[in-house]
Amino acid sequence: MAIHCSRTCLQYLIHLAHDNVDFRLPRGTATLLISPSPEMILNLNVTVNCNDLFVVICLSPRSAFELWGHGRTHSELRTSLLKYPTENMSPFLQKDSTYKINVYTFNKTLEFEDRIKKIDAMEYLSFEGRVNLKNPKHIFCLLEDYGTDPNNIPDEPLYIYFGRWIADGQRELIRSHSVKNRHFIGNTSMDAGLSFIMANHARVKAHDLVYDPFVGTGSLLVACSHFGAYVCGTDIDYNTIHGIGKASRKNQKWRGPDENIRANLRQYGSEKLYVDVLVSDASKPIWRDGMLFDAIITDPPYGIRESTRRTGSQKDSVKPPEDYHVPVSMAYHLSDIFTDLLNFSAHHLVIGGRLVYWLPIYRPEYCEEMVPLNACLRLVSNCEQTLSSHTSRRLITMEKIKEPEETDALAHLSDPHFSPYQGHNAFREKYFSGISKRTLTGKEETNKMAANGGE
Amino acid sequence: MKLLTHNMLTSHVKGVTKGYPLLIKATEVKVSEVEFNPNFVSRMIPKLEWSALVQAADGLGHLQDLPAELVTDYEKNEEFLRKVHRVLLEVEVLEGCLQCPESGREFPISRGVPNMLLNEDEA
Repeated sequence: MAIHCSRTCLQYLIHLAHDNVDFRLPRGTATLLISPSPEMILNLNVTVNCNDLFVVICLSPRSAFELWGHGRTHSELRTSLLKYPTENMSPFLQKDSTYKINVYTFNKTLEFEDRIKKIDAMEYLSFEGRVNLKNPKHIFCLLEDYGTDPNNIPDEPLYIYFGRWIADGQRELIRSHSVKNRHFIGNTSMDAGLSFIMANHARVKAHDLVYDPFVGTGSLLVACSHFGAYVCGTDIDYNTIHGIGKASRKNQKWRGPDENIRANLRQYGSEKLYVDVLVSDASKPIWRDGMLFDAIITDPPYGIRESTRRTGSQKDSVKPPEDYHVPVSMAYHLSDIFTDLLNFSAHHLVIGGRLVYWLPIYRPEYCEEMVPLNACLRLVSNCEQTLSSHTSRRLITMEKIKEPEETDALAHLSDPHFSPYQGHNAFREKYFSGISKRTLTGKEETNKMAANGGE
Repeated sequence: MKLLTHNMLTSHVKGVTKGYPLLIKATEVKVSEVEFNPNFVSRMIPKLEWSALVQAADGLGHLQDLPAELVTDYEKNEEFLRKVHRVLLEVEVLEGCLQCPESGREFPISRGVPNMLLNEDEA
């Protein structure tokens, strides 16, 4: 594992939770070093207030520590610790302060006595204060990394770190907001962790107004309301917005009376932040000019588990409730969804406001040029989450940098980015073809690909 | 539907050029208490079409003492901000419809949710 050591700046250790390990977060002022284990070492150019560390990386880390020493064995750790400047250590080892030492092991469970032994072995550090297990002023941590294979746990750790605990990431937030306990869910409700990550990417903060044009069951709005933002959303599906129809929970047939987006917000004490949800087609302009949102956060339908639709002129098979005329829907081509979404964002975001959305990708054909662009939006980040061997989705973050002008509307047609993205319309076909492809002969495969490419 | 949302909605019926503001025909209106947040109200005021807001509140019979003109220097004026807060977030249309001022087309509101979908021939 390569570790970059800098003598002039403080090093911080961010312990990542193991899920979302492949999910690389956009870089702030720190340089990230990738290591095969969940720990990452950040070289910070300046000493920052620990709360600032969490602006971008708020949820994935389990905790953050000020790194004092590290090594492959305890004797290497000791050498490293004794080299750590004493003036950086002494403020926390004072006689009149209290402390405790925690032992964390990754991929191994240690018995209590073993933990105590390891703590005692740290006596070469000059702790002058008193131990207080309940409410210490300073907490130190010994982290031992036993690898990533749960079937092959070594006797001795592969790597050891020692540091001062600074802050805990907000994993508790994910537990308390788990979709398992949410009143109202759908087949494609966004899991709590990812909803919060999306809200972070969009820099959602208190008193903002946030919009989700494909709101579904409102999972993203719930996350945004946690940060104090006022929320609104639209969806073309009448039943989902009204919280009626078939339930998504395993043992439940129909939705109950308390299952709608407003009820979800009420569950978390955020009902005061609920503005409105409406039944509407995201491809149609229902908002007037001058309607500006601080952030637009959404997970558009990919056409796999929820259908992509818009109002148009083909036969529809949805059974309408009595007082409601169901407009006939036609296929809403994926590339149109994103073009419309970016265009909408260019018109209805404040300058500096962000659009955050998931873009479904067929991995064998992906190239960076496929990410949709818009003259008024700057691409901030593009993070991949793998879904299957041939598909993934990318979390795209864009920021509005200027107001749209007349000429911008037609600009994208001559843009080279426009044509590679056309292939995206066949995402749904490719998603399912990945399974049947293996049984095709070489010639059949070429014919099928040619047919798809012509769409 | 809250009046904040109504202030932002426009009719998109094909061919309509003067689709704003939508007329509110309410059969059930509710007023509930929502925690007052002066920061949010201040941030929303510059985005509002003030006359449309006054007209909508008046139409529902909930104008009370909201001034017909926007007050200058409202950021520090808590009394004024509270009046705006009440109209924007506390008055809700539960049942009724929104009517396009030009074509007359009605968009129903049920259980507080407006349905803005147009039929295939109107889109």
